[in-house]
Amino acid sequence: MKLERPDARGRYGTFGGMYAPETLMPALFELETAFTEAWSDDDFHAELDHLLRTFVGRPTPVFRAARLSDRLGVDLWFKREDLAHTGAHKINNTVGQGLLAKRMGKPRVIAETGAGQHGVATATACALFGLECEVYMGEKDIERQALNVYRMQMLGTKVIPVTSGAGTLKDAVSEAMRDWVSSVETTHYIIGSVVGPHPFPWIVRELQKVIGEELQQQMPADGIPAPEVIVASVGGGSNAMGIFYPYAADGGVELVGVEAGGLGLASGKHGASLGVGSPGVIHGSMTYMLQDDFGQVLEAHSVSAGLDYPGVGPEHAYFKDEDLVRYESVSDDEAMEAFHLMAQTEGIIPALESAHALAWIVNEADQLRGRTVVLNLSGRGDKDVQQVAALYD
Amino acid sequence: MTEPAPTEPDPTDSRTETGHERIRRLFADAESDGRAVLLPYLTAGLPSVEESPSLFSAMADAGADGFEVGIPYADPLMDGPVIMEAGERALEAGVTVDRALDVVRSVVDTTGKPVLVMTYVNPVLRRGIGGFFSRVAASGASGVIVADLPADEAAPFARAAGEHGLGLVLFVAPTTDDDRLEHVVASDPVFVYAIAEIGVTGERDDASVNIEALAERIRSRSDLPIVFGVGISTPGHASIAASHGDGVIVGTAVVRRVLEADSAVEAANDLSTFVAELRAATDVSRVARR
Repeated sequence: MKLERPDARGRYGTFGGMYAPETLMPALFELETAFTEAWSDDDFHAELDHLLRTFVGRPTPVFRAARLSDRLGVDLWFKREDLAHTGAHKINNTVGQGLLAKRMGKPRVIAETGAGQHGVATATACALFGLECEVYMGEKDIERQALNVYRMQMLGTKVIPVTSGAGTLKDAVSEAMRDWVSSVETTHYIIGSVVGPHPFPWIVRELQKVIGEELQQQMPADGIPAPEVIVASVGGGSNAMGIFYPYAADGGVELVGVEAGGLGLASGKHGASLGVGSPGVIHGSMTYMLQDDFGQVLEAHSVSAGLDYPGVGPEHAYFKDEDLVRYESVSDDEAMEAFHLMAQTEGIIPALESAHALAWIVNEADQLRGRTVVLNLSGRGDKDVQQVAALYD
Repeated sequence: MTEPAPTEPDPTDSRTETGHERIRRLFADAESDGRAVLLPYLTAGLPSVEESPSLFSAMADAGADGFEVGIPYADPLMDGPVIMEAGERALEAGVTVDRALDVVRSVVDTTGKPVLVMTYVNPVLRRGIGGFFSRVAASGASGVIVADLPADEAAPFARAAGEHGLGLVLFVAPTTDDDRLEHVVASDPVFVYAIAEIGVTGERDDASVNIEALAERIRSRSDLPIVFGVGISTPGHASIAASHGDGVIVGTAVVRRVLEADSAVEAANDLSTFVAELRAATDVSRVARR
């Protein structure tokens, strides 16, 4: 069954916890207390809801993908997080945590980013609230998501290149955590996904579950049949957790998380932590992760920078072991095909992350025939256009 | 080695002495000698597995009381760029957990000094906590330091350490509040690792301003040995730490000298000079310290 809150030790079953250097522990407890208070404060909710409506543009629409439905024989709908301000669901989390940083009196914010969407969303929230902002981004991601680097800079944020490791999301998270170990007294770390030590996975889930809660209201209100299957891509897992959580343990809805299959699970070059990883501790949390026989973290691989991560949120690990969600994967190539398919069939250029979810639906179209399927269209693909164009040069 | 093996106690004792006791005896001996315990940190396997023990021998000859030997880890959240690079180099050179512990075995055998193994949580979990501690005990090490293990998650590690006679170290930071501090000292670590700087490991220009207050806060709640580490970069810094604590860990300043040296011989010479300076700076008499 799903948990309202992780237990007193920040655990979802055996997953989660707080494996952090002692220097950070008091800040993690301070954050847990601050969020617990804010989350039971009507004024905080009123301010957040107002911003979600007037600044973010919520509720995001539910759209019937008519031509793809005809083509695939599936009754297919998109939850349009790509239409949220800044172009992805990430803003739901950063506006909430930005408010929290203000409430805690922290003048400086740091974040990590992979695809750049969380970085842009954090930069945006910091501009909105007048907070100083620095974002860690891997060198390789700076290259493949250049557009988002400019956007962050225009918003007044400093982008700090990370050269360690493979120069991707894992390394950016690690560098942000190292910064936080040094700056914890004045700085709030807005982590971008349902990962990291407790209370981060819980806070980010609470701020993202608005996606699924809206969907629960919108579909009956619009006379849409209730979803039978909900599909979302999973890197760290925040968009998936946001749409799954309200439906988890509901029984009636099949939930499918799609991880990055990269060059194939057998190649070792992928981001399928849940698919073929094993339990371990990464970025302060016990979860499924990619590691070698000695417990060294392995590099992930994905064409999508947002899914190029060797860990996953601990609550997803719990959902997997509790059989509340089914986790699958698709390859880079399948995701690229789906990217073009969505663009040309529905007039929406999706983020490469979201294209993974469509690719799974395409692969499983026979099984899904006639069923009502909702795809969480977690972000728009403008950021990926250069990279995709380069691949076809 | 000029110094007599430091452990020539009564033989019945040494046969039954656990790692935990060995470390505690180190502090008792240092106290009666009127000095602070000096524990240099160095990543295992640099510049190579074969040459690594010679660097520890050089430091032992120069007056180190024992060592913190690092198992290289791919994602060290508590470490700054120098120790990160040392870890990367060691991993590239194939220094696995077992090879690192082979280095530990050799260091223990050749220097006769107690060794604490430094690691992160995940390599321990991957082997299994019991299996890991058993392997560490077999290497001859006396204790374990886990950089990303707060007291809140330490219970199963402390149990395994107890079963294998090893000393488990726990941390206190300048950010640690009094309730947490009580919890840490009540967990009976072999010593308290007092984090001198708010930040990751790395050299600092100025001595930490946190040392005196942190030592007083811990001392008022416990008789456990207090060892300062993080940011202690020079003999001057070490002297201040030694005047308030019972021991001093110097990591990055040691590791950087090894990374910068062109050969193991050059590294051993540099370390020999540096550790001798640290030794002189930490030979602060107990009377002066209290």
